[in-house]
Amino acid sequence: MTAVPTRRTPPRKTVQTVIYHAAMLLIAGIFLLPFYWMTISAFKNNAEIFARPVTWFPDPIRWSNIAELFHRDDFPFLIQFGNSVFYAGSVALAVCFSCSLAAYSFGCLRWRWRDLVFGLTVCALLLPGIVTFLPVYLGWSRLGLNGTYWPLITPFLFGDAFFIFMLRQFYMGIPRELLDAARLDGASEFRIWWQIALPQVWTALVIVGLFAVVYTWNEFFNPLIYLQDREDFPLSVGLFTFQANRAREWSISMAGAFLTALPMVVLFLLTQRLFRQGLASSSLK
Amino acid sequence: MAILAKENTAGASSPPRRLGLAGRGEARAGFLFALPWMVGLTVFTIIPLLLTFYIAQTKFQIVGPPKYVGLANYAAMWIDPAMWTSARNTMFFAVVSVPIKLVIALGLALLLNRVTALSGFYRTVFYLPFLMPAVAGSIVFMLLLTPDAGPVNIALKALGFSPPDWLLDPKAALWTIILLSLWPLGVETLVFLGGLQNIPQDVSEAADLDSPRGWHKLVWITIPLISPMILFNLVIGIIYSFQVFTQALVVGGTTGKPAEATLMYMVVLYRAAFRYFNVGYAAAMATVLFVGVLLLTLLIFRTARSWVHYEGDSR
Repeated sequence: MTAVPTRRTPPRKTVQTVIYHAAMLLIAGIFLLPFYWMTISAFKNNAEIFARPVTWFPDPIRWSNIAELFHRDDFPFLIQFGNSVFYAGSVALAVCFSCSLAAYSFGCLRWRWRDLVFGLTVCALLLPGIVTFLPVYLGWSRLGLNGTYWPLITPFLFGDAFFIFMLRQFYMGIPRELLDAARLDGASEFRIWWQIALPQVWTALVIVGLFAVVYTWNEFFNPLIYLQDREDFPLSVGLFTFQANRAREWSISMAGAFLTALPMVVLFLLTQRLFRQGLASSSLK
Repeated sequence: MAILAKENTAGASSPPRRLGLAGRGEARAGFLFALPWMVGLTVFTIIPLLLTFYIAQTKFQIVGPPKYVGLANYAAMWIDPAMWTSARNTMFFAVVSVPIKLVIALGLALLLNRVTALSGFYRTVFYLPFLMPAVAGSIVFMLLLTPDAGPVNIALKALGFSPPDWLLDPKAALWTIILLSLWPLGVETLVFLGGLQNIPQDVSEAADLDSPRGWHKLVWITIPLISPMILFNLVIGIIYSFQVFTQALVVGGTTGKPAEATLMYMVVLYRAAFRYFNVGYAAAMATVLFVGVLLLTLLIFRTARSWVHYEGDSR
C-alpha cells in the first residue's frame, strides 16, 4: 500500500518513508471522513445513522433513500438538478464568450486606457460582493425579473472579473510576433482574434468553463435571494430549504447532499489536470 | 509596432493596410473587445457601488421611494446589539480561522513537496473539499459533530477528551463554523505548493548544507521565498472570511443559533434587507463592511513591504 521501496535502501530512509506515508494517509483520511460519512449516511435510515456502536458500512444499503428523494414534493430533486445544470451551463457558456473578448483585449492588444480598466477589474475582483448587490437587486425588481434566472445569468454575458483575470494569463502567453505577422498580411483585428488568438487558448477556455460550472453549481447567495419558488431553485438552495424545514430527516438530507456533490467530484476527477493548470495560472502571475 | 506607427500619412486607407494603421486599428480593436466588459463593470459594479453609499443614507423599504435621512442608519447600527454581536463573531472568526488555515495549508504543502508514488493521490484528496457545495458541506459537518453519535466526538472521547456539544453550546458553536471553514483548504495548499516548487534547487541545497536543522531553513529560506504566496492567501482569506455567510446560515439560521453565537455580519445584513426589508440599513452595513475590508487590506499591504520578499527585489 505505502510505497515502501523494495530495493535495498538505507534502513533509516525506509523508516522515514513509512512514517511519512502513514502520517499522510492519516491526514488524507481526516479530509475524506466528511465525504465518507455523507456517503454512508445517504444509504442508512435515521436510526442507523445515530446507532451506537457506529456502523462503518450501511447494512442494508438503503437505495430507497434515493428513490424517495426523487419523489418528494418538498424537495423536487430532479427539477432542481435540472435547474442547476441549466444555471451552471448558461453561466459557463456566457463566461467563456464574454471573458474571451475582454481578456484578449487586456492580454494582447495595446490601447490607451487598458491598464486603467484592467486595474479597475482587479479592484472589482477584491470588492465584497454585497457592496454592489443591493442596488442591482432593486434594479432587477423594478424590471420585474426577480424570480427568474435573468438576474443570475445576464451579468456574466458582460464578463466576470475573476475569469477575465484568469484567461488573460493564457492570452499573455501568445507571442506578439504571431499577431503582428497576421496584421502585416492584412487580417482584420476580429479575424486575428478568431482565427489566431482563440485557437491558442482553447484549453484555457475549457478550464474557465469548468471553473465556472463549479462556482455556479455551488453558488448560494444569489439564487437564495432572487428565486422564490421551490421548483425554480438550484440544488444548493433546494438542499438548504429542505434541511432548514426538515431538520430531522437526516438520511434524505444526506442523500441530497451526496447527489449534489457527486457531479462536481466526478467532473473534477475526470478533468483534474485542467483544474490544476487553471489554479496555477490564477493564483500568481 | 509603436515606432512604425508614426509614419501614418496619406494613402493609408488603401486596402492592403500599412503598418501605420496597425497601431491605431489595434487600439480601436482593444477598446471594442473590452467594451462589453466596461459596460458590465459600469452597470453592475461602479454605479451600484456609488448607489449603495446613497441608499445607506435613506430610509428605504423596497416599496415606496427612498427618503433621505442622513446618517440615521449608521446611528441605528451603532446602537444595534445584534450588529455588534455579529461584528464581534465575524472578527473572531476571521482572526482565528485565517491564520490557522494558512498554517495548516503551509504544513500540508511542505509535506506534499516531494515526489512519491502517492503524491497525486494526496493532492487530489486535499483539493476535493473545495468542490463540495458549501451548503452540503455544512450539513455534513452538523451530522459529523452531533454530540453522541457523531464520529468526531466518538473519536475525541476515545482519546480521553470531553468534547462539547458543538451545535448547542454557545461557547463551542462558533468553533463549529471555524472547523467547517478549515476543511476546504486545497486552493491555499496548492498555491503554497506552487511557491515551494519554484524555489531553485541550488538555494534549497545550499540551505541544507549550511544548517542541519530543518526549521532554520524553513524560517530563513523557505518562508521568505514564498512570502508573496502568503500575502496572496492572507489577503484573499481575510476578504472572504469577513463575508462568511452560507455556513453561518446553515448552522445558525438567521438568528445565529445557539444564543447568537454563530450570528455573522452578513447574516444580520441579509435579514435586515430581505426579512425586514430595511434596505437603507442593510446598505449602511454594506458600506461599513466595504470600508473595513478596504482598510484592513491596505493595512496588510502596507506591512507587507517589510515582510514580503519579491525575487529580483534588490532591497
